[in-house]
Amino acid sequence: MSKSSGSIIEIQGLRKVFRVGKVDVEALRGIDLDVEPGEFLAIVGPSGSGKSTLFHIIGGLTPPTAGAVRVANQDLTALGDAGRTRLRKTTVGFVFQKFNLLPILTAGDNIALARHIGGNRDGESDRFREVLELLGISERLKHKPSELSGGEQQRVAIARGIVNHPAILLADEPTGNLDSQNSQTVLALLRDLNERMGQTILMITHNPEAAAYAHRIVNMRDGRIVS
Amino acid sequence: MILKLVFENLKHRPLRTGLSVFLIGIPVTLMLTLVGLSQGMLADSARRARGVGADIAVRPPGTSLISLSTAPMSQKLLDKLRAEPHVTLATGTMVHPVAAVTMVTGVDLDEFNKMSGGFKFIGGGPFQGPEDVILDEFYARQRGVKAGGTIEMLNRKWRVCGVAEPGKLARIVLPLATLQDLTGNSGKLSQIFLKVDSPANVETVIASLRAQLEGYPIYSMEEFTSLISVNNLPELRTFIQVMTVVSVIIGFAVVFLSMYTAVLQRTREIGILKSLGASQSYVLLIILIEALLLSLAGSFAGIGLSYGSRWLMMKLIPASLTQAIVPEWWPIAGFIAMTGAVLGALYPAFSAARQDPIEALAYE
Ligand SMILES: Nc1ncnc2c1ncn2[C@@H]1O[C@H](COP(=O)(O)OP(=O)(O)OP(=O)(O)O)[C@@H](O)[C@H]1O
Ligand SMILES: [Mg+2]
Repeated sequence: MSKSSGSIIEIQGLRKVFRVGKVDVEALRGIDLDVEPGEFLAIVGPSGSGKSTLFHIIGGLTPPTAGAVRVANQDLTALGDAGRTRLRKTTVGFVFQKFNLLPILTAGDNIALARHIGGNRDGESDRFREVLELLGISERLKHKPSELSGGEQQRVAIARGIVNHPAILLADEPTGNLDSQNSQTVLALLRDLNERMGQTILMITHNPEAAAYAHRIVNMRDGRIVS
Repeated sequence: MILKLVFENLKHRPLRTGLSVFLIGIPVTLMLTLVGLSQGMLADSARRARGVGADIAVRPPGTSLISLSTAPMSQKLLDKLRAEPHVTLATGTMVHPVAAVTMVTGVDLDEFNKMSGGFKFIGGGPFQGPEDVILDEFYARQRGVKAGGTIEMLNRKWRVCGVAEPGKLARIVLPLATLQDLTGNSGKLSQIFLKVDSPANVETVIASLRAQLEGYPIYSMEEFTSLISVNNLPELRTFIQVMTVVSVIIGFAVVFLSMYTAVLQRTREIGILKSLGASQSYVLLIILIEALLLSLAGSFAGIGLSYGSRWLMMKLIPASLTQAIVPEWWPIAGFIAMTGAVLGALYPAFSAARQDPIEALAYE
């Protein structure tokens, strides 16, 4: 069928248009992108170049306007609202710049809630305990997010992002709110996850040093990939 | 896990939770108080009717059980009834309203004492003159008078000759002739009580009276007191139904507002849930369960508050309003509150479930 049936993400001619009042805003103007399983990809580009929008489409938070998008062998152009919900539940995990943990729940419960939503009702796997060790948050699970440092919160968010074993982890500026020390910790962890567990990771960043952790860097500008 | 999330949400905003519970509790209390009042007052009037010691009650034609219009029966009827076989005693009373729920009753004290065994006085004693009044303990306490004092009623002063134990006929008792004259009802009665020589003859006498006095409601006292219930009083039933509807509406409005603001405040959190793959029904369920829990707690609060309202009425107006605690109505009132709550939560829940995850995540 397609030229690269081994790819986990296949995008051709992707366009996304937002309608703001009577004006159409073209956020993506024809994106072509292939990502192999196990890749650690960094996406860089100026503000407003469409990086987050691309993630939102890959992650099933919003539908594409035109073009072909396949994620883990699912055709996103054919997915409805329920299909995108299923994609988020089973196929992708998100990590955000602002951590986005639920403030009312402890770190452990934040992770448990993601498991519950993902339909994982069985006990924690050994692999997952290993991940918690790796992330260095095993001791912090009883604490509310407000009692954790930014770096700890982001590590909890990463644990939550991968708890349901998603095919793809999408990290939108994961170090954007962290100091350089914590940034390095989080970046090293992402690289470990990628190298040790084979986790496919796409990461948006403004920081060239952060991008250097990835295997491949994609540059975006004005809704296009420029290199 | 959903329950945990809901509990943590409720715990996270204790003021909002407490206020919602309290506000949902109010219509529950309202309903329970109302039902308790009607049952309490009916039980009370049944008890007082029993305290008369009569076997048969004769009431004027065209009157209902509780509506005590003034005095349409002639006193001459009394002599006729006394002449009936098996009838040993007959006495008439006259009832006149002095306020919304307060009646004064005129009695012929000698006849009444023979039938009922007389008042048990806590202070003072029987009538000494035509301008004397006997009060029961509750009413005396409510008006703050003791035996020997005076109260104002029907545009004149009365001497409180005695304060009696409650449970006999009425709370305020005047000499029959005085009340008749004062209200322009000389020689007229509102109801007649009969005593029969043996309980076995009550039915015979009733049958004979019914044949002679067409149109007059005639009851055995047993029948009379058992008829005093909410189901036999359509006005009261309608009133309770209206209050039920009001309760549903208040419950609906409280939960609607409460859940609507909760959903707005939690826009971002709902976005997070959706980014994790939570379906619309998952989000819907969270909001509905929260509303249900709030209304459940509100029902309990309402039940507690109904004890408070009873205590308050006992304290302030023991003679006018008697509130019973009616546990049979607890599940009913609770169910009604929860119905209002779920209805009120539906719109906020749907709007939460349908939120766009990207916009929700961007919400500050
Ligand atoms: N929901 C939306 N409605 C309208 N316009 C939008 C929406 N989301 C994004 N845009 C527009 O699309 C363009 C790309 O936005 P996007 O957030 O993808 O950029 P970005 O590369 O992630 O920027 P940043 O580095 O600042 O995060 C911008 O012009 C933005 O204003
Ligand atoms: Mg962005």
